Amino acid sequence: MTAFFQSLGLPFEAAWLIATIAGILLIALPLMLSVAMVIYVDRKIWAAMALRRGPNVVGPLGLLQSFADGLKVFLQETIVPTAANKGIFLIGPIVTFTVTLLAWAVVPFNSGAILADINVGLLYVLAISSLGVYGTIMAGWASNSKYPFFSAMRASAQMISYEVSIGFILLCVVLWADSFNLGTIVEAQKGHVFGILNGFGFNPLLFPMWVLFLISGLAETQRAPFDLTEAESELVAGYQTEYSSMSFALFWLGEYGNVLLMCALNATLFWGGYLPPLDWAPLYVVPGIIWFLLKTAFFFFVFSWVKATVPRYRYDQLMRLGWKVFLPMSLLFVFMVSGYLMLTRYGA
Amino acid sequence: MSVAHLIKSFTLWEFVKAHALTLKYFFKEKATVNYPYEKNPLSPRFRGEHALRRYPNGEERCIACKLCEAICPAQAITIEAEPRDDGSRRTTRYDIDMTKCIFCGFCQEACPVDAVVEGPNFEYATETREELLYDKAKLLANGDKWERAIAANLEADAPYR
Repeated sequence: MTAFFQSLGLPFEAAWLIATIAGILLIALPLMLSVAMVIYVDRKIWAAMALRRGPNVVGPLGLLQSFADGLKVFLQETIVPTAANKGIFLIGPIVTFTVTLLAWAVVPFNSGAILADINVGLLYVLAISSLGVYGTIMAGWASNSKYPFFSAMRASAQMISYEVSIGFILLCVVLWADSFNLGTIVEAQKGHVFGILNGFGFNPLLFPMWVLFLISGLAETQRAPFDLTEAESELVAGYQTEYSSMSFALFWLGEYGNVLLMCALNATLFWGGYLPPLDWAPLYVVPGIIWFLLKTAFFFFVFSWVKATVPRYRYDQLMRLGWKVFLPMSLLFVFMVSGYLMLTRYGA
Repeated sequence: MSVAHLIKSFTLWEFVKAHALTLKYFFKEKATVNYPYEKNPLSPRFRGEHALRRYPNGEERCIACKLCEAICPAQAITIEAEPRDDGSRRTTRYDIDMTKCIFCGFCQEACPVDAVVEGPNFEYATETREELLYDKAKLLANGDKWERAIAANLEADAPYR
């Protein structure tokens, strides 16, 4: 895109700036729109599995429900509790929301369609998703209220625990793809199994890692069954309890943005991203971004499906799963994957 | 820990089964009635909003016997009566406090002339409490409005009485 703006006679710096801003808008605005739609879809799927209809009044099939909710929230008053630390209280949701948007910079939407094609893309994603916990903990602490604080403690412990095993899981992918760049990782999945199946997920050594990644992703985004941070029966609404109006909406946008990011990462890292599932020429007629969005949408369905199915874990069970099951298992697979690669790719 | 248990927990067998079940429900017909647009069928015995009925010639049925007032367990009914100019005994006041009423249907059972009935209407929510203090005019208006439905319901229920 920089080249296009340069061809209009702009110097390189100006062209780069305009191209980058355009790229950011091109990702952020559709992302906001899809978050709104995804909240609606989530409610619909959840309702359908409980034999309900879900939102169906606002607009055709209730499609405008999220916008109605957004408008309602937008018109509300922002209430800051007297005892709260005002500055941090208001910065919390902004951090959550911004961090969510930041992570999308390195996601490849199509071959070459990537905002920041940096060589350590995956490390960047890990770093950014770790930063996300700051928004939560700032909100929980600044609210100066018991339940939000408990919830923030839970959230930080939970995210740190699962990031450890996510790190090891991603290490398997990185070992196999031989790169930290998400675009290169996707390209490495081309014809990965039998030269016909595109995706690390089809590899029997990496499939269990994908299952672990999916479950860790649920924990990382604090989705059911790991939504202990907002366990209504114990913590009211968790760290969002004291929030209202737009600051509350920012948390929601951030939360669902994170969920979408996890779905996109599932698609990108294990199921071939923008590649069609089969390495077969006619399938490449469909543009890569369609495959990417389809896969992301499918994983979002899986996320909702899990939410509608599995009851919430107890906190000690969550910790046990993270440290005593996922960590040893992912370590074992790092060992197995590197051993296999040592034998086959690099020679004994 | 048996081998079967180990296999089950590592293949997430219970989770897979649960997800298959919810997926089945996902495609099932929904149980929700899309209320303002769809409504459930009502029994002829449904006890909804009260109404005072009239005879086909327009004469009101109520003869001010006050049996409904006497039997009302919530004491929601207030009646005052006087002989009319033509000598027949009629109510001058017939009030039902809908905020007190428990919809037991005793007034309807007690009535010797089928004057006070509970009709099939249940959509009479109001914005103020005062609107729920029904007087005779309101009840008679209800009777006129719902007469066909009420008459049909009474007829459908008659064989069982």
